[in-house]
Amino acid sequence: MLRFALLRILSAIPTLLFVILTAFLLVHAAPGGPFDAERVLPPEIEANIERTYHLDEPLPQQFVRYVRGLLHGDMGPSYRYRSYTVAEIIAGAYPVSFLLGALSLLLALALGMFLGLAAAIRRNTMLDRVLSAVAISGISLPVFVIAPVLVLFFAVHLHWLPASFASTSPGTRFVLPVLALALPQVAYIARLFRGSMIEVLESDFIRSATAQGLRTRAILFHHAIRPAVLPLLSYLGPAVATVLTGSVVVEQIFGIPGLGQHFVSGALNRDYTLVLGLVIFYAVLIITLNLIVDLLYGYLDPRIRYR
Amino acid sequence: MKLSPATKNGIKLVTGNRTVRACLIILSGVLLLSLIGPFASRHSVEAINFDESLISPTFTDGRVFGTDDLGRDLFVRTMQGIRLTMAVAVVATLVSLLIGVTYGVIAGYAGGKLDALMMRLVDGLYAMPFIFFVILLMVVFERSMLLIFVAIGAINWLDTARIVRGQTLSLKRRAFVDAARLTGVPSMRIIFRHIVPNLMGVVVIYITLTIPQIILFESFLSFLGLGVQEPQASLGSLVSGGVDSMEVAPWMLLIPASFLALILFCFNFLGDGLRDALDPRGDAT
Repeated sequence: MLRFALLRILSAIPTLLFVILTAFLLVHAAPGGPFDAERVLPPEIEANIERTYHLDEPLPQQFVRYVRGLLHGDMGPSYRYRSYTVAEIIAGAYPVSFLLGALSLLLALALGMFLGLAAAIRRNTMLDRVLSAVAISGISLPVFVIAPVLVLFFAVHLHWLPASFASTSPGTRFVLPVLALALPQVAYIARLFRGSMIEVLESDFIRSATAQGLRTRAILFHHAIRPAVLPLLSYLGPAVATVLTGSVVVEQIFGIPGLGQHFVSGALNRDYTLVLGLVIFYAVLIITLNLIVDLLYGYLDPRIRYR
Repeated sequence: MKLSPATKNGIKLVTGNRTVRACLIILSGVLLLSLIGPFASRHSVEAINFDESLISPTFTDGRVFGTDDLGRDLFVRTMQGIRLTMAVAVVATLVSLLIGVTYGVIAGYAGGKLDALMMRLVDGLYAMPFIFFVILLMVVFERSMLLIFVAIGAINWLDTARIVRGQTLSLKRRAFVDAARLTGVPSMRIIFRHIVPNLMGVVVIYITLTIPQIILFESFLSFLGLGVQEPQASLGSLVSGGVDSMEVAPWMLLIPASFLALILFCFNFLGDGLRDALDPRGDAT
């Protein structure tokens, strides 16, 4: 296990470096500098600015400086919000985004597994068919369609829940964003879990358990669920990535001051350092979570370790 | 054109399965409507007319979908949006197929160390947050349609490459490939004349699975204002405009959103139906 873990961790490092290098080069390949705005600056001032941001150094040197900064949690100054560093902006924005993402994932897992299990047990019944159709619909509906429709119905039409995160009631303002973010995942997880559950239920050891006269509930909860959860685990990595991107949209729609909103405004303002920092932040997050999922998978399923 | 058995099989599947057939009919209907519709309307796409802004859908004056906040005709705009969305989907899918099939075929046919290396790279790429990279691309470079096509297509080829590689591995052990090799046909010719045509069945399924992903992606970008730029519109940017005025003009949100959902449904059902039809086990995803 230790060997497997070490190998896996070591192999994540080149991926990470590759991501950082690509993002860095992309930003530096941008035609025109970040400061050629409306006003034409005198050449001395321009040179001064370039020196302040170390833009006059050769590219490899800038990259080394950037990576060294990253190791110290320093992502440089924001090009637009001059009084903040990128790290400060991210530090201020991530708690809300994390809470939103974590709540959505938990909801999606709980609801998705429940529905998947129900569909698997009542296979090929009306319930199963309805759930399957709903699941495909859920997968097809993009977050940026689900979210506004939820708002239109629950906030504008029924006045049950606040339409904006800036609302005065702190308890209810999370409900719609979490729901919007979770629903497509619920659909996907339900479908995935139904499939893996059915596969497990058809396997020999479940038949033996049934033959021994174990009660259905005991078979399901003691024997079937554990192996059936494994595919879900490997879906968690992509799920996190999807929730992160979905959160960009949801934050935009509900006006949540999180990472996603900074990402979009940074992208529209051409705030290169902020966008670069956020891309790297997201990448590190996704790669780390994938790593954790892999390690967990290796822990739960010994076959993976010895491949 | 002579059809390979795999292609014939695929055609039979398409016409045989009820869901698949229904989806195909709906999709062609929508596409046809978007191509012909604008000509049947008396209103132009770009005409801004503040006297006629925010008309709710009505049959008088041909405003079947109403108008938007600038008084532009929403029917014509939506039809244009569908065209653009479909165009991006088709071109980006072709880009992704070109990369995915080439990559997969080369890895599978070469085998050995090169194959292992190429597939390790694919594994690594799966962990990349591509969406954010595409946004970065949109920030850094002038946003053009070409960039959107290529960028979106270039990130969706991983699944295709994996599947194609697997298929190639099994195809290259077949007798007709051996025969070709023994008669001295060069590798490139074997790949493109004997292997690629036999991959078409799988490729068709992956086209239908890739298209909705790409549509989703393009509309996501356009929704954020990072994709298609005004005055052009895609379904994503129309939905985005609809969100801004949904309290006064819900139709501006609901109409393009329904078309987007309908198109995505159909492609997903299509891909699903085709995959189920080809995979006898059916259930497992």
